[in-house]
Amino acid sequence: MTGTTSASGPHLPRYYREPAELRTPVGFPNYKSTALRAPLRTPVDLAHRLTEVTGPVLGEDRVRPEDADLTLRNGGEAVGQRILVFGRVLDSDGRPVPDALVEVWQANASGRYRHAVDSFPGPLDPHFDGLGRVVTDSLGRYEFMTIKPGAYPWGNHHNAWRPAHIHFSLFGRAFTQRLVTQMYFPDDPLFGQDPIYNAIPAAARPRTISRYSLERTQDNWALAFEWDIVLRGTDQTPFETEDDGDVA
Amino acid sequence: MTVDPLDVPDVTEPYQPRSGQRGSGFLDGPFRLGPTPSATVGPYLAIGLTWPDGEWAAAEGSEGGFWIRGRVFDGAGEVVPDAMIETWQADPDGGFPSPEDPRGASSYPGFRGYARAQTITGEYQVFTLKPGGVPDGEGGLQAPHIDVSLFARGILDRVVTRIYFADEAEANAEDVVLRGLTDDQRSTLIAERTDDGYRLDFYLQGDRETVFFAV
Repeated sequence: MTGTTSASGPHLPRYYREPAELRTPVGFPNYKSTALRAPLRTPVDLAHRLTEVTGPVLGEDRVRPEDADLTLRNGGEAVGQRILVFGRVLDSDGRPVPDALVEVWQANASGRYRHAVDSFPGPLDPHFDGLGRVVTDSLGRYEFMTIKPGAYPWGNHHNAWRPAHIHFSLFGRAFTQRLVTQMYFPDDPLFGQDPIYNAIPAAARPRTISRYSLERTQDNWALAFEWDIVLRGTDQTPFETEDDGDVA
Repeated sequence: MTVDPLDVPDVTEPYQPRSGQRGSGFLDGPFRLGPTPSATVGPYLAIGLTWPDGEWAAAEGSEGGFWIRGRVFDGAGEVVPDAMIETWQADPDGGFPSPEDPRGASSYPGFRGYARAQTITGEYQVFTLKPGGVPDGEGGLQAPHIDVSLFARGILDRVVTRIYFADEAEANAEDVVLRGLTDDQRSTLIAERTDDGYRLDFYLQGDRETVFFAV
């Protein structure tokens, strides 16, 4: 991003912030854990200055090639439906985000996480730990091979089951672009009763659902699901300031 | 040769929306893809987000290095043991190890500027260096500060706050962000000195609710 210098310092990008009606709220009453955890006061607007428009460079040195295949762990093959998950990381201006670290984690085929806190009696799989890491290529593309995660119960309400999902964590280029989210699968019958999915405003929910890809499905091997992830890009709306008249 | 606008080939492929991006086909504003909405990090973040070197924003043994520690409290006053905080800050000269810094990426020895810490023990801890002053875009310098993202089960979108330092009273008084807050609000952002660094607790709710920022 090229900057122009003025008396007040270099020109910085401003990152687009979705209006509230398209953004996941921090708390949601039907998701009970938010009651004591989601902050209640209105957040204070923070202008985007140098700390907000910069971000860490985290990439290749954190990732090994085998991190892109979650189906082969501890010297054996994980049980379940093999799936290729692929897509692009873009910003909201449509530009690819290259060299971006993508971290994923998920339950195994039985819906069980390899985590001390998960007491759901779905069997653990010795060949599945549920952790994957990849870095986007020069066109912002990513892909990894995994097992389709199972749905699992979680006690939020009677017979509460999470739709199958994969957790994603992404850094863009800037602090403002940091994103932790969840990818879902098409036509999941559990969407209707899931408050984590339904906390997302209806108009934005489709953005979290992957698309089945016949083109990338591997014959005799694995189904494929495509999911593009969009990070915040530049805010292109005119910014009114007191010194607008000075700007040519 | 003119094109007949009504000469439309038969549509043989069923309509297939792409990964959730739908629209009228007409631009009614600036071109924009809809950003992917956030979701909670959930209770199992340790599977995906644990790094052996996560807590080290600066390399072990760095001159001037110190620990920042603290707890995260929920609205019932209970310690949150499954939160993750991430920190991002300038180096002691006020530069950022990021190509997005229009002044050029800095390369302060042993300094990553970024740390990630979970609260499994009841506390987070981050080893770092005191950030330098960073231009505030209005001709002055911001006080030394650290940007913080806080994630946890029960929080659907990360919340953002800042850490300032109690022993920078003069710079804090001039800081463009702190100046916009009340005394009570400011006090939630200021880390107190300890034997080996600083301490700042975060309050998600309650009388002492930390000031969180919309970025």
